[in-house]
Parts: sequence; C-alpha cells; structure tokens
Amino acid sequence: MKEGLIQGRLWVLTNDQGRLIEDIDTDQIYHNAYLHITDRRLMGQYALGNLAGWEDFARRAKPGDIIIAGRNFGAGSSRQQAVDCFLALGIAAIVAPSFGAIYFRNAVNSALPVIRCPAVENLVANGQLATGDEVRLSLLSGEGENLTQGIKFNFPPFSGVQLAIIQAGGLFAYAHQLEKR
Amino acid sequence: MGQTIIEKIIAAHCGRKVQPGEIVWLELDIVSARDFGGPNVVKNYEREYGDQPVFDPDRVVFTFDLCVPACTLKYADNQQICRLFAKRHGLRVFDVDCGIGSHVMIEEGLAGPGKTLVGTDSHLNIMGAVGCFGQGMGDVDITFSFKTGRTWFEVPRTVKVRLTGQPSPWATPKDLTLYLCKMLGTKQVALKAVEFVGEPVKQFSLTGRITLCSMVTEMAGIIGFIPELNGKTTQELMALPGFNLEEWPEPDPDADYENEISIDVSGLPPQVAVPYLPHKVKPITEVKGTPIDSGFIGSCTNGRVEDFRQAADILKGKKIKPGVILKCVPATRRVYQTLLEEGILEILFRSGAVVSNPGCGGCAEGHIGLTGEGEVQISTANRNFYGKQGKGQTYLASPAVVAASCLAGEIISPEEI
Ligand code: SF4
Repeated sequence: MKEGLIQGRLWVLTNDQGRLIEDIDTDQIYHNAYLHITDRRLMGQYALGNLAGWEDFARRAKPGDIIIAGRNFGAGSSRQQAVDCFLALGIAAIVAPSFGAIYFRNAVNSALPVIRCPAVENLVANGQLATGDEVRLSLLSGEGENLTQGIKFNFPPFSGVQLAIIQAGGLFAYAHQLEKR
Repeated sequence: MGQTIIEKIIAAHCGRKVQPGEIVWLELDIVSARDFGGPNVVKNYEREYGDQPVFDPDRVVFTFDLCVPACTLKYADNQQICRLFAKRHGLRVFDVDCGIGSHVMIEEGLAGPGKTLVGTDSHLNIMGAVGCFGQGMGDVDITFSFKTGRTWFEVPRTVKVRLTGQPSPWATPKDLTLYLCKMLGTKQVALKAVEFVGEPVKQFSLTGRITLCSMVTEMAGIIGFIPELNGKTTQELMALPGFNLEEWPEPDPDADYENEISIDVSGLPPQVAVPYLPHKVKPITEVKGTPIDSGFIGSCTNGRVEDFRQAADILKGKKIKPGVILKCVPATRRVYQTLLEEGILEILFRSGAVVSNPGCGGCAEGHIGLTGEGEVQISTANRNFYGKQGKGQTYLASPAVVAASCLAGEIISPEEI
C-alpha cells in the first residue's frame, strides 16, 4: 500500500441480468439488525448479507479481493460497520462510479481505498471487467489494469488530505502523526 | 466571483475563501452522537485519546432517539456507555425522553444559521432548514471531531433547483419533496449542495423546510438550503432560542452554480413513493386502492406539530378502519406537549391511533415496532428501502395521505375523505 499499489481478485456486484447493481445502501451492505455489534472482527460475516443474490459473499470473499459496484455505492445511513465489515474480510479496495458521501468519508477514514471510477460502468457492460479477473490499481497515478484480460483504464488519483489519511492507515493514525510533528 | 451558501459557511469556518473541490479543515460549532454510533465513538475515543478532555464540553452533546427507551439489553447498555462518558467529560445528554436529536438541537438553538454541526445521524443535513450546515458522519469522523472540534471536508459544488407553478391544494411540502426525489433521483444533485428557490418553496413553513431538507439525503445530496424566507416562517425561526436573523445565509448574486434545474409543480397532486426506493414516486392516482395494513406518522421528515395537525384535520371524529394500525410518533417532547395542549393527541387517540413517546419510532429497530413479512405500510418517513422498517413493504406519503389511507384501509387521496 505504501506505493499506493493494490492487486487482487475481482468481485463485480451484478444483478441476475448481469448489470452492475446501483444504489446499494448501507442496510444491504450491513443490516441494521447487527448495528449493536461493536467488535469489528464479528462484522465480516454480515457483509452484503442483505443484498439479493450476494448473501453468501462473506463466505466466498478472500483477503485481498477487490469489489466493483454500481454508482452511489453506500447510500443511506452513516454506519461505520458498512465499511468495517469489508475491512474485517480483508477487502483491499472498492471501485464504483460514485459513492454515498458519508460512506466515502468513512472508508477513507478507515483507510479502505474507495476509488471513484466512472469508466467501470462500460467496462463491466462490455465484459472487460468480470468476477474472478485479476486487477491492479495504482492510487497515486490513477491507473488500473485488468491483468487477466490485458485491459487498461483510468480514474482520478487520490491526493491531498485523503491520500495522506489512507497512507497513514486511517484518520486516527494520521492525527497521531500530526501530533508528533 | 461570488459564493454560494455552502461556500460562505465553509469559508467562515476555515478562515479563508474556498473553491469547490478543495479539501479543507472545517471548524465545528457542535459535535453530536446518538445511541447508534455513540457507543462506537466512546470506544474509539477511549482507545485513541484515553481520558483526555474533548475539545469543548459545551459543544459536544449526545442525543438518544433511535431506541427510546431502550427495548433491548444491548441498546440499554449502549446508551449507558454514552451517559457515563458524558458524565466523565461534563457533556450534555438529551436522553431517551427528549425526541429526535436533530429536531431537539434545532429547538434548543444548538443548530442556527451560519453554524456548522456534525453527528452520527445521516439526516443531519436537515439543519439546512435553519440555515445551518449539518452533516452526518461515521463514528471515526465523530470521534476525531469530539477531540479536535474539526473535520476534513471536500467543498461541494452547488446546484440551484427552481420550483415554478402552483401545486394543487392537496399537495403538502412532503408531496413536493417526494416529487423532487423523483425528478432529481440520486444522480442530479449527488454529492452537491442544493439551493431550492422559487415561490412554492419560499412559502414553506419551518416544518415544510425540515421535510424537504431531510430528504436531500435521499437525493444523495450533501445539503439543501432554502434561502428565500416568507414573513410567517421568519417569525417561526425568530422564536427559536438564540436565533440571529442577521446570520441567515444567502448566496451572492454572482455566485457560481454547477447548473440550474427548473421543475414545474403546477397542479401537482399528492405523491406516493412505492417500495423500495424513495425516488420511485407516482401520483396518488396510480397507487390508489392499494390495500394497507398499517400507517406511520412521524420521523425527522414529518414529526412536527403541523404534520400531526394535518393528520388530525382528516381523522377528527372518524375511526381508523378496523384491522388497520396507525402509529404516531411525535418528533420531540415539545411537539408532544403542543399536541397535548391543542387537543390533537385526543383526536389521534379517539380515531384509534397508537401514540407513543417522541423519538425516531419507525426507523431501524425503533421503539414503535417493525413491519412483518407481507405487511403493507404507508409511512411519512423518508426511506422505504427493503428491510429498513421490517420485512414488509413501505409506501412513503404525506401525513394527510397516511391519515386518509388509514381511514379507508387503502391508499387514497385526502380529498376523497
Ligand atoms: S427518524 Fe429515522 S431517518 Fe430520521 S433521524 Fe430518526 S432514524 Fe434517522
């Protein structure tokens, strides 16, 4: 992560017609029935547990995997658990055309790279990004590559405070770094 | 180049002029946490900062509203964790008897024009109704803000939404709001600030403004403001403690907008959002006759006195259809008191409705119960996502439509009662 490079196996969140699912809200990501849980380690098992067709995601995902979702991923409530459940599973990054505002912040603050990449809509529609593909992402240069299919794409790179927070390992680590300066 | 409202408020809280797209450190006037998120904030805080003091005990508050009083042991524990933390740090707690945190903070004057406020409630952009920049955030953000009184923020672009025309007499602010959800979807103002202008919204009371601003969340917007005031609403605002009209935020005449969207609401009839998306909105004529099992009036979107008055006008002297349950949850204790004094509680009670203590009630695992599988509910809340209020199907509508539908046992326009 230091050089901002991430490589992993893809999960493309599509519906039964093979289209990217848009507007996946935080109740679908992490249902409010488990909001009382405060221990992150216990949260992974519920990730996407309320998203039709993806209820068994937590059992199939492996550490280092990368998720691609439709636009407005993480709409809805401010629950941090909707980010933490992916961290608990070791998910390396989430890529979507856009994210819910609060979700985006929560992910940055927890050092989960959330990559805004409008290009994925077409790439998924054309079959150029598919579940199981091996993908490499560079947060600093904004370059993505599907190693399985040999296809390249771009996204706006991370910069400023956001990059600093992700590289520090989250908002708290970043704040402690500032104190020490 | 002039500034939009959000640019002005952010500039005033970071000490310099700002450009959209910039990430700034924003000074916060109030930082809050509720019974969801709050215990996580406490846990994070003690892990990161031990027993160090918060940035300013007068500006950090807890508001309990989701599960009030706690109906499960876990929530009881979580609320107590927050209470004990508040005691150690000398913080105010608006406890389980007070009502919805965002509304309590408006009533108490903690949220005022030109101020900045964050908390763990995702509908805190409701504060736009009183000219305040409010924002819901996760527990990591809020922990950091407890300690530092600041947060990082990406200055959003602003979209101007202009409403024109004269809606039908049965269209309440909720109907206009639902129609805006439909027209704007989750793309048009996504991640943007919105300024709503034009005669129809200028005429909104404080209650109507709260309704519209609360649902900017459902439009995926950052926050909505309604800069134009009318005389009556100005009076209502001035009655809030510490309200300073001079701080009322207005955009510069030459402010730079991303774009302007014009929406004609001429003759607009009542609107209903059908399961499971708040922007899947239809005119009531298209869903008329849908049988319902239950109704809900309340939430941060429609839990004010005016909302219940609307419902009471329809329910007065009538009985809810046998077999239908209508649940009413006032937003705050003050709302509850006014309902009591104005005789509205009695009208609700005599019509057969269940009236509970103030709070969020219908959301999450709220204190007024959930919908069961196959149950059809019509609600004044802001979200009808699958699973949000139980396993049933939820339609969203105005208090008047909910009241009328509970009398009829099916979705119906109040004009037919
Ligand atoms: S009423 Fe519902 S949407 Fe509003 S603040 Fe409470 S939980 Fe959130």
